[in-house]
Amino acid sequence: MALDDRKSEFTFVGTRPDRPDGLDKVTGRAKFGADVSAPGMLHGAILRSPHAHARIVKIDASKAEAHKDVKAVVTRADFSDKVPFQPGLEGEFWNVLENVMAGEKALYDGHAVAAIAATSALAARDALKLIEVEYEVLPHVTDVDKAMASDAPVIREGAADYSVPEGMHPNVVRYHESGHGNVDAGFAEADLVIEDSFVTEATHQGYIEPHACLGMLGNDGKGELWCTTQGHWIAQKTCAALLGIETSQLRVTASEIGGGFGGKTTVFIEPVALALSRKANRPVKLVMSRSEVFRATGPTSSASMDIKIGMKKDGTISAAQGVFRLQGGAFPGAPGDMTAMCAFAPYNLTNVKQIGYDVMANRPKQAAYRAPGAPMGAFAVESVIDELCKKLGLDPVDVRLKNAAHEGTQASYGPTYERIGLVETLEAAKAHPHYSAPLKPGQGRGISCGFWFNHGGETSVSLALSEDGSAQLMVGTPDIGGSRASMALMAAEVLGIPYENIRVTIADTASLGYNDVSHGSRVTYASGLATIKAARHAVERLCGRAAAKWGIPVDAVKWEDGCAVPSGPNAGDFDPMPLADITADMGATGGPISGHFEATPEGAGVSFGTHIVDAEVDPETGKTSVTRYTVIQDAGKAIHPTYVEGQYQGGAAQGIGWALNEEYVYGEDGRLQNSIFLDYRIPVASDLPMIDTVIVEVPNPGHPFGVRGVGETGIVPPLAAIANAVSHAAGVRMRQLPMSPPRILAALKDNG
Amino acid sequence: MDYHSPASFAEASALAANATGITRFLAGGTDVLVQLRSELVTPDTLIDIKKIDGVSDITRNVDGSWTLGVAATGAEMSEHPELSGDWPGVVEAMDLIGSTQVQGRATLTGNLCNGSPAADSVPAMVAAGVTVTITGPDGNRTIAAEGIPASPGKTTLTKGEVVTAVNIPARGENGGDAYLRFIPRTEMDIAVVGVGVSLRLDGDTITEARVSLGAVAPTVLLVDDCAKAIIGSTLDDVALDALAAAASAACNPIDDKRGTIEFRTEVAGVLAKRAAKIAYARAKGEQA
Ligand SMILES: Cc1cc2nc3c(=O)[nH]c(=O)nc-3n(C[C@H](O)[C@H](O)[C@H](O)COP(=O)(O)OP(=O)(O)OC[C@H]3O[C@@H](n4cnc5c(N)ncnc54)[C@H](O)[C@@H]3O)c2cc1C
Repeated sequence: MALDDRKSEFTFVGTRPDRPDGLDKVTGRAKFGADVSAPGMLHGAILRSPHAHARIVKIDASKAEAHKDVKAVVTRADFSDKVPFQPGLEGEFWNVLENVMAGEKALYDGHAVAAIAATSALAARDALKLIEVEYEVLPHVTDVDKAMASDAPVIREGAADYSVPEGMHPNVVRYHESGHGNVDAGFAEADLVIEDSFVTEATHQGYIEPHACLGMLGNDGKGELWCTTQGHWIAQKTCAALLGIETSQLRVTASEIGGGFGGKTTVFIEPVALALSRKANRPVKLVMSRSEVFRATGPTSSASMDIKIGMKKDGTISAAQGVFRLQGGAFPGAPGDMTAMCAFAPYNLTNVKQIGYDVMANRPKQAAYRAPGAPMGAFAVESVIDELCKKLGLDPVDVRLKNAAHEGTQASYGPTYERIGLVETLEAAKAHPHYSAPLKPGQGRGISCGFWFNHGGETSVSLALSEDGSAQLMVGTPDIGGSRASMALMAAEVLGIPYENIRVTIADTASLGYNDVSHGSRVTYASGLATIKAARHAVERLCGRAAAKWGIPVDAVKWEDGCAVPSGPNAGDFDPMPLADITADMGATGGPISGHFEATPEGAGVSFGTHIVDAEVDPETGKTSVTRYTVIQDAGKAIHPTYVEGQYQGGAAQGIGWALNEEYVYGEDGRLQNSIFLDYRIPVASDLPMIDTVIVEVPNPGHPFGVRGVGETGIVPPLAAIANAVSHAAGVRMRQLPMSPPRILAALKDNG
Repeated sequence: MDYHSPASFAEASALAANATGITRFLAGGTDVLVQLRSELVTPDTLIDIKKIDGVSDITRNVDGSWTLGVAATGAEMSEHPELSGDWPGVVEAMDLIGSTQVQGRATLTGNLCNGSPAADSVPAMVAAGVTVTITGPDGNRTIAAEGIPASPGKTTLTKGEVVTAVNIPARGENGGDAYLRFIPRTEMDIAVVGVGVSLRLDGDTITEARVSLGAVAPTVLLVDDCAKAIIGSTLDDVALDALAAAASAACNPIDDKRGTIEFRTEVAGVLAKRAAKIAYARAKGEQA
């Protein structure tokens, strides 16, 4: 049997069939997190802290417990660091537990302190009011710079790891430094050096579906969990740890998911539902309200950044340096290291240095949001590059082309790039009619590049053939962007059977080995790679059956267009044997035919994009409208181009929100002021222009079909590209996000 | 919670007068039900006025004035060509509220009696000189729309009082009105500033004007100085600047998540000018 590992001519890949989950979703048949029920089910509700920082002196739940409709009340005492057979939790599990249910202190407005299971959702909600909590309110801090200041209240003593230099405030919990060359020497060579500071507010992923789950856990330690998640194996592992049960005894099924964007890569309510269920001995459903989603799930970090870049008259960047302070809530984990590593990654730099801080404050635990940490850094760096171009009279695309990283460049964060497509995106930008289109008075144009690493991760996929020649594919990565369509296309390409004949299922944790979360833009890359290899595994076995029927050696059979064929004239003269002919009697020729593949693929292939944005600013009110938007990004190979374009457009849409109006607004009291969509302003449809897309394809050597993940890079350039457009339109540099009308109007006034 | 659906306003008033705890009238419910679900206000008594005869009627009286039932919705107003022709500003203000779904329920009376300083239709009603008729334990009375809001979330209505009709004056000759609001997005948002303007012309000169501001003070404002700034003018630049200055001077806003004091004060002037220009063009019979 002969198989080429790499492929560049495709039959199915690159076409745009309807998504297999489409009909279910438009008819309401699809089952999301809140759509299942179980006999005897109870409804849960969670009591949340009204304080940003408070010691929990006492919780008296006796009145709630006495309520006739209440079947269980849980507090931190019902989780595994307090139950005798599991002596404490460590590391990230402990942090997740501390977030899921407060211990000694409530650490942010909205932090869970107790939960109830009752016979109806209304009864649960009403019974929460019967729980009496005595708080001792403590001083709080929500701003990143203030949280690092010497007089800031300490959120948790001893949370910092070894990386943090001596003398820093205990709220600084991790430190990152990297780079190469000598930045001071580089700045000395520059014709112009600009130093500037930038601030961004936390934003929420804003997925349409609030967190929801149904948990069942018996006293025998066996459980079932249905939940909306980007990764049910991590949910399984975390819930098992938090509840002190064995991982394999908890079977987790992922529901259809109404968006995650990184925010559903951890657990919030799932362990609580299981703890309530264990206590009540009945299934418990928990569904968050939108306000709970805003207050108690993971928004992004907020950031404060200082950038210094030196440029020569010809546009060469001689040195670049950045300090990135990221606030990630009352727990370690803000991606200061990621921000630092991504900030200068698009450029081929001789002298570069970046420092990142992970800082705690009294806010909810940050969670990933597409390319976590990268958009903020790009905003700061690409704003300064834009300013340098303006002052030196240089074209912003030409300057980026001049400095662009390419194959063989030592990345700002260390490694040497393999084949990458940044230059191609910049050339496409330059050639795009958008870049040369005239602007109307009051409009400005901005561009920005962006980078994201992409990820591989543990992956396990199985494929089973049916007697009629159709195929069932089981993957373990929840479909957050049309991935079932892409998997079916890749399997169809290998098997040579139609796309429609392949049914892709997101298998539960009992059906496959561990699958890492749908994050890191890894699904089409890693599950795709595993799908291709699982399909090839099945093809090997199909060829084996054909070889046996023909009585020739297996290596004299090859697979072509869905049929076994002799590999050459010497192999014998046999008619092609279609897949369905082989599966029809497979029970008698050796049994069921399946393919399987599992690995932790390492060749994800980094991804770059370039965005062009036109914006118009009303000089009298400071209101911005985005009038034209073009996304150009390297996809390696677009398996299903429509869903690649969807990822690009989604990144731009979310970036427009983040840049212009979305923000977490905290009051003096440390409470979140805008925990509803009315005041947390994500763009509505009429706020967006048509978002044009250009798919650049520079194949990733690490994937059989050349795929690079596209899920995250698309949100890296928008903040900067929009800020550059707005700054040109308004005639004043905007250094703070969001660029809401009051901020723009104030900047215009300050500018005279 | 007790739910009632009385057949007359007298009955509605009596139910409210005798109720204890928190009482709410249920018109479109787009404030009441939202507040209920978010646990902001959980009424003990809910009195649905939509079953009363004639509450959805939109009537043009013989003198050219209009009487609107208290359950007439935004959608019904927008789809009424004569009302839209007479009072485009009032209709466009109501039409800005919410989405298509909300438009099918929301009412002028609910918007007014909810007591929000940012209510969109209220500055337009005040500029138009709208009055409301009220039935209560002490009989009926009619008062100007601006007399209803007392403070954020509070009205001057006393226990047992219910609004029974909205009265819009006759438009008359050479008149025009307009409403503009500022929101950071394009729709589905709460006014950061709202401005209603109604005026009448004699030739090119403004002879009558009413200018009302929303979201810049604890209650809607009817600003005489704004009217004075443009009456007698042809809405030239001097008059427009005076109008903007008077509007900004009248503001007494707060700093909050939706806007700063400086921003609201400045933008009130900007929008006053823009709304006045539209009202002026409409009064001249131009499309705007
Ligand atoms: C998605 C959404 C978007 C919205 N957008 C806007 C917006 O852009 N601008 C805006 O201004 N508002 C907005 N609103 C708020 C709301 O829709 C308006 O205030 C609407 O006009 C209220 O009318 P209603 O008939 O639904 O009032 P209801 O909710 O029925 O009642 C509101 C209040 O008025 C009282 N009331 C009702 N009828 C009477 C009566 N006859 N006599 C005495 N008191 C009475 C009630 O007791 C209650 O206190 C929005 C609401 C939603 C849900």
